[in-house]
Amino acid sequence: MTKKWDATSEHLLRELAPQVLGAVARRFRDFSSAEDAVQEAMIAAFTQWPQEGIPENPRGWLIQVACRRMTDRMRSEIARRERETAVSAETENFVPLPEIEADMDPDDTLILLFMCCHPALTPSSAIALTLRAVGGLTTAEIAHAFLVPEPTMAQRISRAKQSIKDSGVPFQLPGGQDRTQRLRAVLHVLYLIFNEGYTSSAGPELRRSDLSHEAMRLTRIVHHLQPDDTEAAGLLALMLLTDARRLARTSETGELIPLAQQDRALWDRQQIAEGVALLSATLPKRSVGPYQLQAAIAAVHDEAARSEDTDWPQILALYDLLGRMSENPMVALNRAIAAALVHGAAKGLELLDALETDGRLANHHRLDAVRAHLLELAGDRTGAIGYYRRAAGKTGSLPERNYLLTQAARLSDELCD
Amino acid sequence: MKYILLMSGTKAGVEGYHAWPKQDIEAHMAVLHSINQDLTDSGEFVATQGLAEPKEAKVVRGEKNGLPVTDGIFPESKEFLLGYWIVEVPNAERAYAIAGRISAASVNMPIEVRQFATHEAKSR
Amino acid sequence: MKYILMMNTMKAGHGVPSWPKKDLQAHIAFMIGLNKELHERGELVSAEGLSFPDQAKLVHAGKDGRPVTDGVFPESKEFLAGFWIIDVDNPQRAYEIAAKASAAPGPGGVPLNMPIEVRQVMSGPPPDML
Repeated sequence: MTKKWDATSEHLLRELAPQVLGAVARRFRDFSSAEDAVQEAMIAAFTQWPQEGIPENPRGWLIQVACRRMTDRMRSEIARRERETAVSAETENFVPLPEIEADMDPDDTLILLFMCCHPALTPSSAIALTLRAVGGLTTAEIAHAFLVPEPTMAQRISRAKQSIKDSGVPFQLPGGQDRTQRLRAVLHVLYLIFNEGYTSSAGPELRRSDLSHEAMRLTRIVHHLQPDDTEAAGLLALMLLTDARRLARTSETGELIPLAQQDRALWDRQQIAEGVALLSATLPKRSVGPYQLQAAIAAVHDEAARSEDTDWPQILALYDLLGRMSENPMVALNRAIAAALVHGAAKGLELLDALETDGRLANHHRLDAVRAHLLELAGDRTGAIGYYRRAAGKTGSLPERNYLLTQAARLSDELCD
Repeated sequence: MKYILLMSGTKAGVEGYHAWPKQDIEAHMAVLHSINQDLTDSGEFVATQGLAEPKEAKVVRGEKNGLPVTDGIFPESKEFLLGYWIVEVPNAERAYAIAGRISAASVNMPIEVRQFATHEAKSR
Repeated sequence: MKYILMMNTMKAGHGVPSWPKKDLQAHIAFMIGLNKELHERGELVSAEGLSFPDQAKLVHAGKDGRPVTDGVFPESKEFLAGFWIIDVDNPQRAYEIAAKASAAPGPGGVPLNMPIEVRQVMSGPPPDML
C-alpha cells in the first residue's frame, strides 16, 4: 500500500535525506560519492513518488536506490580500471537493507552538519553543501535560491566536498573542545542561511523565504540533538523572534518598513511566544552567549505592544553585555541607537564619533545611516538629509537605498513646508 | 557579492576587431570560453553575454503619441557595451583579478568593474 | 529574442535624487510595477541596478599578469546605472518596453524620458565572429 503524494510529502522526503546519507556514507566510507548518490536518489524520488505514490518504506527505498548508484559507479570504475567485462560476485546490486538500517545512528544528521560546516570550508560552500546534504534540497533549488546558474552551484558543492575529502575529516562526532568550536561553526552557517532568506525583499522570491524556514528547521534539529547547548537554543529563539516580524517588514510595493513603523498586528504571536518560552528556559542555565543576547533583544522588541512601549533601557543593557562579548561593529552601532533612545541623541552621536575611527566601518553605509537617524532625533534635519543621502550612495542593497532616499526626501519635504 | 565586468568599445574598434584574421578571432573566442569554463569550475560564474553590433543599437527616449521615440545616430567616438560577465566572488580584489584575466586575453583593453546592488535588504 | 535595456548615468550628475518624497516613491513604485508586469508577461529575464559609479574601476592586466586598477574616467563618460534583460518576440516590443521605462515619472510626476539604450543580446558569439 503506497501513500499518496501531498503537501507534507516533500517535507518528509527532505527529512529523510540526511538519514539516508548517513547510512550510505557509513556503509561505503565515502561521504563525497555517497552524497552524489543520495542526491540522485532524491531526484528519482521527486520524479517517481508523486506519480506512483510513496513507498511502504520510503527511507529503505532511498537507501537502496542510492546504494545501487554507488555500486554501479564502483563497478564501472573497476571495469574501467581492470577492463573486466564480467561482473564479479562482490558487485551485485543486492543490498542488505536491514543490515544498513541497523547501523544507522540518530547522531548521523549531527555528524553530517559538523562535516558540512567544517571551518575549512568558505561560508558559501558550507551553505551550499549543508542545504543539499542535510537540507535535502536539489542543486537546482539551491541555485535558484542564490540566483546563480545550476552548473555553478553544482561546482561549489563539488569543491566543498573535495575540501572535506582533502581535510581528512572522519565520519564521526568531533570530541570535547573541538565539539564546541565545531558547533559554533554549524550555528554560524545556519545563521547565514537564515539571513539570506530573511533579508530578501517581497516579490517573486518565495524560494528565499523558504531558506529562512529551512534554517529554522535545521536549527531545530540541532537543538533537539544537543538540548544542553544554550547557544543552539538561543539561535533558534532568535530566528523565531525575528521571522515572526516577516510580514510586517515590507510593504506591498516592496518598500522596507523599519521596526518602529511596522504594523504589529501582522507579527506572528505564536512564533513570538515560542521564542520567548525557549529563551526563558535557556537563559537561567547561565551560559549566556551572543545568540541568546540577540534573541533577548528581539524578545524585548517583540513584547512591546506599540513601538512607544519598547523597553529601551533593557535593550541598552543587553547591548552593553553583547558589546562585551562581540567585536562586531554592527553591535556598537545598534548600541548607539539604543543609547540615544535612553539618554538622548547627543549621547548616541558621541558613541558614533568614537566609531568613526573603526577601520571596519570606514565607508560603510550603516554608519552614515545611523548618524542620519540620530541627527534626525536631535532635530538636525539638514544634517540628517545629508547623511541619509550619503548612506544611500554607499549601500549595496536596492531596497535599503530606496528606503534611505525616501527618508531624506521626507525630511526635505518637511524643511520646505 | 555579485560584480559585473563590462567590456566596451567604439564602432571603429569593433570594425577593427572584425578585420582580424579569422584564426585570431577564433583564438580569442577560445580563450574567453576557457575563462568562462574556469569560472564555472570555481563556482564563481553567474552569467556572460555578448551584445549585438553597436550599429544595431537604438536609444529610446519616452513616448510620443503612444509610440517609442527612437534614435540610432551616435557619435563615432561613443563607447558601446560589447559584452559583460557577472561573477559572484567574496571581495572586489577577486573581481579585479578576473577582469585582469579577461583584459589580458583581449589585447589588454580595460574592463570596467561594478558591484551589483542586491535585491535583498540588510537585516536589522 | 533577448534584448538588454540599459539605463546610463553621468558620474557628475549621478547625485542621489533629491526629489520630494512622494515623487521619489512614485518613481520607485513605477519601476517595481514595471518589473512585476514584465515578470507576469514572461518577458523579464533579469532586472538589475548597479551601485553608484564612485566605486567603478577600470582594470587591465599589468606586466606581471596582476590586475592594474584605475578609477579615473573622462568627465563625459556615461556609466551603466542599471539594466533589464527581456525576452520578447520582436524589436518593436523591446522599444515599447524601453519607452515605458524611459517615461518613468520624475519630479512633479513628469515623465523623465531618460535615454535607454536597446541592444540585442546574442545567445552565442555573434555569428560573423566565428
